[in-house]
Parts: sequence; C-alpha cells; structure tokens
Amino acid sequence: MQALPVPIVPFATRRPRRVLPGFGLALGYTILYLSLVVLIPLATIFLKTAELGWDRFVQVVSTPRVVAALELSFGAAAAAALVNSVAGLLVAWVLARCEFPLRRLVDALVDLPFALPTAVAGIALTALYAPNGPLGRILEPLGVKVAYAPLGIVVALMFIGLPFVVRTVQPVLEELDREVEQAAATLGASSMQIFARIVLPAVWPALLTGFTLAFARAIGEYGSVIFIAGNMPMRSEIAPLLIVTKLEQYEYAAATGIAVVMLLISFFLLLGINALQAWSQRRLSGVRA
Amino acid sequence: MNSASVTRRGSRGAAGRTVLVVLALGYLGLFLLLPFGVVFAQALSRGLATYLQALTDPVALAAIRLTLTVAAVAVPLNLVFGVVAAWTVTKHDFPCKSALVALIDLPLAVSPVISGLIYVLLFGMQGWFGGWLAAHDVRVIFAVPGIVLATVFVTFPFVARELIPVMQAQGRDEEETALSLGASGWRAFLRVTLPNIRWGLLYGVLLCNARAMGEFGAVSVVSGHIRGVTNTMPLHVEILYNEYNATAAFAVASLLALLAIVTLAARAALESRAPELKRAAHATDDSR
Repeated sequence: MQALPVPIVPFATRRPRRVLPGFGLALGYTILYLSLVVLIPLATIFLKTAELGWDRFVQVVSTPRVVAALELSFGAAAAAALVNSVAGLLVAWVLARCEFPLRRLVDALVDLPFALPTAVAGIALTALYAPNGPLGRILEPLGVKVAYAPLGIVVALMFIGLPFVVRTVQPVLEELDREVEQAAATLGASSMQIFARIVLPAVWPALLTGFTLAFARAIGEYGSVIFIAGNMPMRSEIAPLLIVTKLEQYEYAAATGIAVVMLLISFFLLLGINALQAWSQRRLSGVRA
Repeated sequence: MNSASVTRRGSRGAAGRTVLVVLALGYLGLFLLLPFGVVFAQALSRGLATYLQALTDPVALAAIRLTLTVAAVAVPLNLVFGVVAAWTVTKHDFPCKSALVALIDLPLAVSPVISGLIYVLLFGMQGWFGGWLAAHDVRVIFAVPGIVLATVFVTFPFVARELIPVMQAQGRDEEETALSLGASGWRAFLRVTLPNIRWGLLYGVLLCNARAMGEFGAVSVVSGHIRGVTNTMPLHVEILYNEYNATAAFAVASLLALLAIVTLAARAALESRAPELKRAAHATDDSR
C-alpha cells in the first residue's frame, strides 16, 4: 500500500467514505433492538422512581432495613474484591510465569465461575460450608461461621469474582518485559524489591480494573449468595434480595427505589475508580517518559 | 557476584516459585474446584438410581424443556443482533461509535434482579402495559414470554462483544476487494465476512448459550415459579433445594455443571484453533 503511485492519491481521497454497503440498515437495526431490549426497559426504572417524588423516594430508601442491605451488599462486595485482587494476582502470576503440570487445564479452570450457573455455585458452597458440610464441620468448632452468616456472602462473591481479576492481570504479566526484572536481579535487587518496584507498578492499572469488575459484579450478585447468606433482615440480607422481597409484597415503589440507589451508587463508584485508573496510568507513563 | 551466590539465589528463586504455585493451586482447589466437585458428589450421594429418578421426574423434564426453549429463542435473537452490531461498529465509521459500544455492554453492569425488575415494571399487573395486556389476555410476567425477555436482556452483549474485537482486527480490506471485484454487499458478507468470523461467532454463541441456560436472578423475578410451567432448570434447582430435597436439587444442578464443563472445553478447543480469540477475549471479555 505504501508504494502506491502519487496520482492515485487524489482519487483515493475522492472515494466515498463508506465503501461497504448496508450501513443505514445495520445501524438502524442495532439502535432499534438496543432501544427495545435494553434502553427503554432500563429507562422505566428511572421514570417510575420520578413518579414517586423526591420525599417519598428518600423515605422508601432510608428505612433501616434498606440501608443495612445496601451497606452489606457494598461492604461484602468490596471485601470479596479485595481478597480477589490478592488471590487473582497470585494466580495470574503463577499462570503467566511458572511451568507446572496441567497448567493449561488450570488456566481453563479459572473461568469456571463464568460458566457455572450462579444457583449451582450457591447450593454447592452452602453444602460445603453448612454446619454439617465437609468444610463447615471443620470451621464451626473453631468458631468460624461461614454459611448463614455475612462471611458466607463474602465467600460466594470471592467465587464469582476471581476470574475477573485473573483475566485482566494475566495478559499484562505475559507481555511484561522480563529483561527488566532480570536486569534488576543482576543489579542485586531481591525478589520482593523486584515485585514491589517493577511488577506491581506495571500491573497496577490492570489490577485496579480487575478489582472494579469483580466489585461491580459482586454488588448485583444474587443467585450464588441467597442460598448461603441465611437472609436475615438487618444482618445477612443483600440489596438484590430485598428488591425481590419488596416485589413479592407488591411494594413496587420500594423495589424500584432500592434498584435506583444501587444503579446510581455503582455508577458513581465505577466512575471514580475509572478516574483513579486513568490517573495512575498517566502517572505511570509520566514516570516512564 | 560470584557464581556460587548466583546459583544459590537461583535455587532460592525456584523454591519460592514452587511455594507460589502450591499456594495458587491450593487456593483454586479450595475455592473453585471443591464447590464444583461437591455438586457431583451430592448428586450421586444416594446412588445412580435416585440420580436418574430425579432427572426423569416430569417436573424436572418440563424444566429442562423450558430451559432449552428459552435458549433456543434468546440465543438466535442475540446472535443476529451481535453480527449486525459488530458489522455496524467495525466496518463503518460514524460519530459516537464508542458510546454505542458502551451501551451494548450495559446489561453486564446491571444486577440480574434489576434486569428482571424492569420487565415487571413494564409488563406486570401494575406496569405500564399491564392493563392493556390483561385486557387482551396476554401474559408476559409469570409466563414464558417474560422469561425469554429477561434472558435476552442478560445475554444481550455476549455475541457482539466477542465479534467486535475479531472483526476490528480483520479490518475491511477483504470486503472492499470483494466489492471492487463486483460482488454484491450481501454476497461479500456471506462469502467473505461470515467465513472469517465463524470461530468468533461460535465462541460468542457458546458463552451466550451458557448464560441463557444458567441465568437465575433475572428469570427468578419474572417467572412466578409455577411448577412445570414457568420453572427453568436453575429455578427448579432452587425449589428442590428449599424443599430440603438436596439430592434431587444437585442432580439437576449437575446437568448445569456439565454444561459449564462442555462450554469451557469447547472454548479451550476454539482458542487453540483460533488463538486470536483468546487475545480478543482478553481485551474485551471482562472489561466493559
């Protein structure tokens, strides 16, 4: 292409910008289907809330039970995402840098939480951690109550969120230039120094992305949590479950109100974390430059 | 640094590596593999006869049939959308393209429960179209159409988001060549684009199908849990479990777990056949 003779160039610029046909139809269909399936249904939730009026909305979403559910959902999601950031970094590092038997199988296994239906994960975790389950039997005498307690929620969210961290960090680790680490090693840096000064700064933005994705997914998670949580109001009742409960009691205003608060908080959290990520990426490239 | 200290450092590094590998595998074994294994252990805990009985129960069979039906409607709808959306986004230039791509991913950011709730608000008895639907004796919520709608919503982005990076990487040259050689647009699509994206398409369909058959939260909100009528497999698992019929619950769950294995195995096979899929998947799969 670079060797094109000069006279062709004006002809090429005169060429209509869209060569491939079907643009109007394809764009129209895309926007129509997107609007019908996603945008219009999602908009109803905000319009329904607007019908409530501000005072009623605040009243509905500030009851102690709703506040407790929202705190639990966001708190458990943050705790699980933190654990997943550490564990996910470890797993990603091992998969990217170490050779061991069945590595490819283990690599595929990491995606299991993506493929396994959440309800199946939920009952399986409950069976494991219930007081008479194989793990619960060991943990219960030690005073660690997992199933039917807030800790169980975190364990379920750890299961759901792990692949998000591994799959965002692993490709960055695979592409990281190993010569820099080897150079640091020959200059006498310890493994800890290499990790803290070279590896961690390079994977930091990816790790933050992984954290965000795991966190966002965990906030709304329902199927894997409700079996293990115990679902006691004020103690182990997550916000999505409270939406379902309110719906079953025909309290549409409360259900919609909680949903709007969840959507708004997660939207602003994601926005904030994205800004933080952009900042750290800028800082990182600034250091490199 | 003399050579002795280099080897010492090297062997210490190797030991450290082994420790990390063991730690990582231990974590995966405990938190990923063990819950997975428990499904089958529990399902078969009362013998094969009980297992097969739970699966051939008429209500279980009705749930399996409904799950297959819902996937058979939802997956093709999102397949067609995915191809058209990816064609629009990757083969043409237009303003606000990245906004459109972001909107396609929107359902992934919404809690499954909220995905069900929005259809209740639209089509439920107190919903906007509820009165009209009731007057015309059309049931959407607590009926199969609602389940299909909720499933279409949650699986909406799956095919599009796998295809977009694949088609982006392939560019437009081949289609433009086909057109300049006199092929019609439709022919260029069928003979050039479609063969190029077949693996990516299969990959997206695979993931879309797994989610469609396994979806719980969104479907649970709109289904009404009518036994044998609006119960999908995941909902049937829940009902059995809550009735303290754990063995039967795990038996049905084991079918869904098998589906997960098949999905992962097919995914791995596709990735080894078309390595660009893995890269494309890494770029978009889990980032919105």
